[in-house]
Amino acid sequence: MANQQSMCTSFLGELLSSTHNFSSANPAHTASTADTFKAALYVTTATLNASTTVYSATNEVSGTGYSAGGVTVTNANNPTSTNSSTTAGVGYWTPSASIVYSTVTLTTAFDTMLLYNSSQSNKAVAVYTFGSQTITAGNFTLTMPSNTTTTALVRLSTT
Amino acid sequence: MLITTTKGEMDDSLLEHKSGSVDNDVEYTTWDEYYLNGELVHRSAHVTLKKTPFTDLIGATLG
Repeated sequence: MANQQSMCTSFLGELLSSTHNFSSANPAHTASTADTFKAALYVTTATLNASTTVYSATNEVSGTGYSAGGVTVTNANNPTSTNSSTTAGVGYWTPSASIVYSTVTLTTAFDTMLLYNSSQSNKAVAVYTFGSQTITAGNFTLTMPSNTTTTALVRLSTT
Repeated sequence: MLITTTKGEMDDSLLEHKSGSVDNDVEYTTWDEYYLNGELVHRSAHVTLKKTPFTDLIGATLG
């Protein structure tokens, strides 16, 4: 079974226990710094999906210039929420910069990025898929969507 | 313009350049490839994510 784009189900439960901190101003945590989130790439034969609970090096890409675990995500955006009606709303967050793997050679085709929390035992957040790629002595850049209620990288909505 | 390749930095005038893109509901992707005598010596890709996983939470009802 191929990789499947999805929010990790374990992440939803972990939100209720305040496991993840995307914000630099979170009163539920004693430290006023956000957790560190990372982005790892996976080959096309991996099987990441909503059941993924934690980062694993199994089927992660490997090659010149790529370190296991991927790269740290730039996070200068605190999460935002807004009401969409009197009974519903959206909470959302997007990294503040593109995710860039610089000067890498990744010869095995990959099509997936796992966003995970390296500050909290590498717990998984979400799985993102795209068309299969290889990189040769070049850069792989993932540009983030706009940080809005309808396009943000991480969105939670009530109806 | 100098290009990083598997052979080191090379002037792009010495290389054959191919590029392409794909635009669909999930992504907008562009890539650049450079060849030296038919051998791929550089490939970069740039993916802009457009469709991301979305979780729709059903509000709890009391009573």
